[in-house]
Amino acid sequence: MNQPLAPPPGMNKVFDKPELLLRTEHSLCPGCGEPIALRLMLELIQELGVRDRTICVAGIGCYTAFPMIMDVDVLQALHGRAPSVATGAKRVRPDAFVFTMQGDGDMVSEGLQEVIHSAARGERFTAVVLNNGVFGETGGHATATTVLGQHTKTTPGGRNLELHGNPIKISELIAQLDGTAYVARASVHTPSSIKLTRQYLHDAFQCQLAGRGFSFVEILTMCPTDWFVPPEAGPGWLAEHLKTTYPVGVLKDQATNA
Amino acid sequence: MSRRVLMEGSCAMAEGALQAGCRFYAGYPITPSTEILEYMAVRMPQVGGVCMNAESEIEAIGMVWGAAGCGVRSMIASTGQGISLMQESFAELANAQIPIVAVNMGRGQGDYFQATRGGGHGDYRFMVLAPSSAQEAVDLIQEAFYLADKWRNPVLIMGDFLLAHTSELVEFRPRAEPELPPKTWATTGAKGRRGLTLSPLGPSEKLSTDIAAALGKVTEKHPAIKAAEVRVDSGWVDDADLVVIAFGFPGRFVKYAVRLAREHGLRVGYVRPISLWPFPSAAIADAAQRAKALAVFELNAGQMIEDVQLAALGRVPLHAIGGISQDHSGFGVGPALTVENILARIRDVYPRAAA
Repeated sequence: MNQPLAPPPGMNKVFDKPELLLRTEHSLCPGCGEPIALRLMLELIQELGVRDRTICVAGIGCYTAFPMIMDVDVLQALHGRAPSVATGAKRVRPDAFVFTMQGDGDMVSEGLQEVIHSAARGERFTAVVLNNGVFGETGGHATATTVLGQHTKTTPGGRNLELHGNPIKISELIAQLDGTAYVARASVHTPSSIKLTRQYLHDAFQCQLAGRGFSFVEILTMCPTDWFVPPEAGPGWLAEHLKTTYPVGVLKDQATNA
Repeated sequence: MSRRVLMEGSCAMAEGALQAGCRFYAGYPITPSTEILEYMAVRMPQVGGVCMNAESEIEAIGMVWGAAGCGVRSMIASTGQGISLMQESFAELANAQIPIVAVNMGRGQGDYFQATRGGGHGDYRFMVLAPSSAQEAVDLIQEAFYLADKWRNPVLIMGDFLLAHTSELVEFRPRAEPELPPKTWATTGAKGRRGLTLSPLGPSEKLSTDIAAALGKVTEKHPAIKAAEVRVDSGWVDDADLVVIAFGFPGRFVKYAVRLAREHGLRVGYVRPISLWPFPSAAIADAAQRAKALAVFELNAGQMIEDVQLAALGRVPLHAIGGISQDHSGFGVGPALTVENILARIRDVYPRAAA
């Protein structure tokens, strides 16, 4: 199953698994958006020629299943702590290409202060947050980014303003901090949005390579399992619920003064 | 040529660490460990290293994790309360086999359990060294970086207020460190090899799911550490009727009190554990074979005494002659830490028949 299929005679291969993906199976659910984000990151590492100096700092969530299938060095951090670990790594190895991979529960719930201070210090790594509005790995519980009205196992009547408070818009929070050079929010629920995500990740990675400052990409990902919808309904649910609270686009780009 | 200089214990330890190759430090101020951070803020850039002001102890230990994970000798210091905040990371650093050196400049000696048992999860152990003077602290912190790398295991230096704030003459001796294997486990970028994962959760090799084997590696070295790394200072044990056990700076007071007791005709000896883990159980057991009674002087409600009990196995009576003792600030050392008091307590528990 790991052997790539040879294209039939007379046809060219135009799509394959990323070279840096060691196998195509993963242990995440059908319809999950996180493997799409992973593919984009690995493709860009290859494309930018930084694989040999890449250090990925991974948080704790469903995506913690990825490090074992990524052919780059990975420092596994504690839940919430990837930004401090990435800070230490990048400070002692300024020539390394360092990026973090966290979920919304990891970054925005458990470790919010870490990402804020890393951004304010202008740490020269790229922070990536995969935001699906739930704790996926524990089985569908409310995080700081669960949207109002969203049903989770810990917001059984839907997220309620009075009881649970407002969701945190992490990209907006990060963008207002001096020290951040690039902030964008993307999503992976349609082919065109995936293309845009690729562009934003590319620009964030370039921002780090140019040494401009803290770069940050929030990626809205599908979690049909914990949204309690069928896999094929994930993209529509994302568009209707997540994307309406979290508008996509570039929030800050010092390279273009955006 | 080395020569002796007058330095506060904190600064001496920081300088010792730099001379042992420490090139990353992250900290958050807390009495009485703050002077280490102050010293590092000045000196670390001078040697080409990095000193970071973290927003919390939790972030500080994360930074040290990242730097040490990249193969750079890294250090953190705090006091018991700050060390408490780091326990989750401490456990995982040990499980990921990332060598770091941590310093606890404790308030009193109430952190013995924290240091030797840890507040973290899992089967991990920190090696723990307890110096009793600035010179010993310099020597031990330099040794600690070597031991951490040798065993791929964090090492904790257990200090206290007196060690931190007492100025003493110290000498930075040239060190000949035995050669260590290259840090092939570090995340340096996967040039010329497959990527690796440095994780407390499982194996380093990609595609491997043998978590039990990875966690087994964390603990299977413990017997070898216990066999090789016990450090202990003892004296007058051979003919002693009473042996007093104490660690750290108070251990130095006990040593002096024991000498006075000898001058007064009491047959008293001492055992000063330098390594708290691995604990010098054999030296305690030996003392329990020879003496009629043991006594433990520690500035807490009774913590190390449990390790002494385990080593002595009830062979002779065991007395607690220390106790909680604090100054008015809560940071320092209380009235119990005087040679007069220790001598009086030694007389209290000295075996009657032998007296």
